[in-house]
Parts: sequence; C-alpha cells; structure tokens
Amino acid sequence: MSAGAYTVEIRVMPRASLLDPQGQAVHHALQALGFGDVAGVRAGKHLVVQVQAATREEAAAKARSMCDRLLANPVTEDYECSVSP
Amino acid sequence: MQRVAVVVFPGSNCDADTLDAARAAGSDAYYVWHKDTDLQRADAVILPGGFSYGDYLRSGAIARFSPVLRAVTAHARAGGAVLGICNGFQILCEAGLLPGALMRNARLKFLSRPVRLRVEATDTPFTASYERGEELTLPIAHGDGRYVADSQTAAELEANGQVVLRYVTENPNGSLHDIAGVCNAGRNVVGIMPHPERRNAQVLGGQDGARVFLSLEARNATQHVGDLRAVDGRHLRV
Repeated sequence: MSAGAYTVEIRVMPRASLLDPQGQAVHHALQALGFGDVAGVRAGKHLVVQVQAATREEAAAKARSMCDRLLANPVTEDYECSVSP
Repeated sequence: MQRVAVVVFPGSNCDADTLDAARAAGSDAYYVWHKDTDLQRADAVILPGGFSYGDYLRSGAIARFSPVLRAVTAHARAGGAVLGICNGFQILCEAGLLPGALMRNARLKFLSRPVRLRVEATDTPFTASYERGEELTLPIAHGDGRYVADSQTAAELEANGQVVLRYVTENPNGSLHDIAGVCNAGRNVVGIMPHPERRNAQVLGGQDGARVFLSLEARNATQHVGDLRAVDGRHLRV
C-alpha cells in the first residue's frame, strides 16, 4: 500500500477515424518548413492531475472516471492515463 | 403566452438577443442564472449562444455541469421544450440530451456570416411554423460547428427524421450529412448552430429566424384550440 499523492498524466486524442484539422494544419506547416518526411500529425491534449488516493490503482480508477465524465468526450475522443510515482 | 427561460452562463453573449427575440414573438421570457436550480415554471428553456466558461476543455463541456443543467435535464426528460443555439447546442450534446458532438470547423476558421439552410423537420416546438423543405438564410458564428456522430447514430437520426436543419448550397464547417441542427428522439429537445435571434426582423437583414420563437407561441395557441374542442366534445356528450 502506498497511500498519498499521485500524479496522473492523461493524454486525450481525437478519435483516429475523425478529421483532425488542427493536426492537419500543423502537418502542413511542418512541410512548409521543410520537414517533408512528416507523414502525419494528430493534435490532442495533455492533462496533469494531482490526486490523493490509497493506492496507485485507485488513482488510476479515479482518473478514468474523470475522463469518462468530463476530460474526454466519449463521442469524439480516446484517452490514456499513466500514474506516477 | 409561453414562459421562456433563457439560461445565462458566464460567457454567454447571445442571451439578450435571444430574450428580445422570444419577447418579440409574444413570449414571457426571462433570464435564469446558471447557478439557479429553479426554472420558474418555464414552458420552454433556451440555452443561448456564446462561449460559456471560455470554451475551456471543449465547448460546452464545463457548462454541462452547471447547477441549472440538472433542472434543464429534468424539464427535458419530462417532455418540456428545450432549444440550444450554437453554444447551447454544444452544451446539450455534452450533457447527453442530444446525440453526437460538435468539433472544430474543418478549415479551422471561426465563421461569422449568413448561410443557406433547409428546414427538414417541422414537428418540433421550435420549427412548427415553418414549411418542411423551406429554405432559410440565417447567420452562423462558430469555431466548433462540425457535427459528428458515429455511423449508427447518424443512420438513426436520418431514419427517425431527427435532422431539423441542414446546410444547403455549401457546408461551412464539414459537418456530417450537412447537419446544422438535430432533435432528440422525443422531438422536444432541439439544437441548432445558426442564430435565429440574429435575424428575426427586417432591420437585421431578414426575418427568417423569427418563426423559431413564433413556433412556441403558435403551438401554445393550437393547444388551446384543442382544449376548447375537448371541452366542446364533453359538453355535447352531456
């Protein structure tokens, strides 16, 4: 058991099947700068959440609940959480 | 006269125009602050356009947890009329009162200009005074207007006639099936991206939007006619 403060890093990305105009615009800008090797860009959000929890698993479960209810839109976005320490 | 609650969130900016448009149509319209939980016996609720909570996280994502949304959800579940305009549409999608979601415009630009639309459904409280298939000009003003839904939801929307407004001539934001407005399965909750309150008088360049608000009053009048017939029917039986 390691009760205490955890940091959860949450990555929210637009679903792969949906148009991501922000990623496309960044892709075009990179190509214009000469980065012709860039095959694709997708742009999402990165959130860092400090949370109190009894265990690492509980911290992860809390973060998933936050994503399901607020941080990600289930219609348009997917998310991944990683807990530290 | 219908009682119309116009909800005000921090960042709403079409609330005054919406209140005026509802009053111009003859409704008893009044503001309800987002922290209030009492809709004051509203017949209809309108979530106006704007940038509630600065559009932080996603448009409508935080407004959806405002205290007033619990009352709006209860009103909607009981069959009460609810209209979301622009940011209000985004909030209704985030709240799960309407299917789908609104994403960044396909070409990223914030668009503020008139567009052509076709009325696809007239059996809602806010489109009853239009003709099905009628074309309108209404202004849009949004950066996140690209309607998306999974393929099954989209098929259901089309099969059930839940697409209320569709872009014609051009699709400004890349929305699925040119969708500009939808309603729920119960047809009492409607969300539209264009702003009818910005085009409800000739001085504003046209009045194609006026009947969104007049529809509420017309429906009310029709209900009264129905009541009278019922009373008359009972009287004849006696």
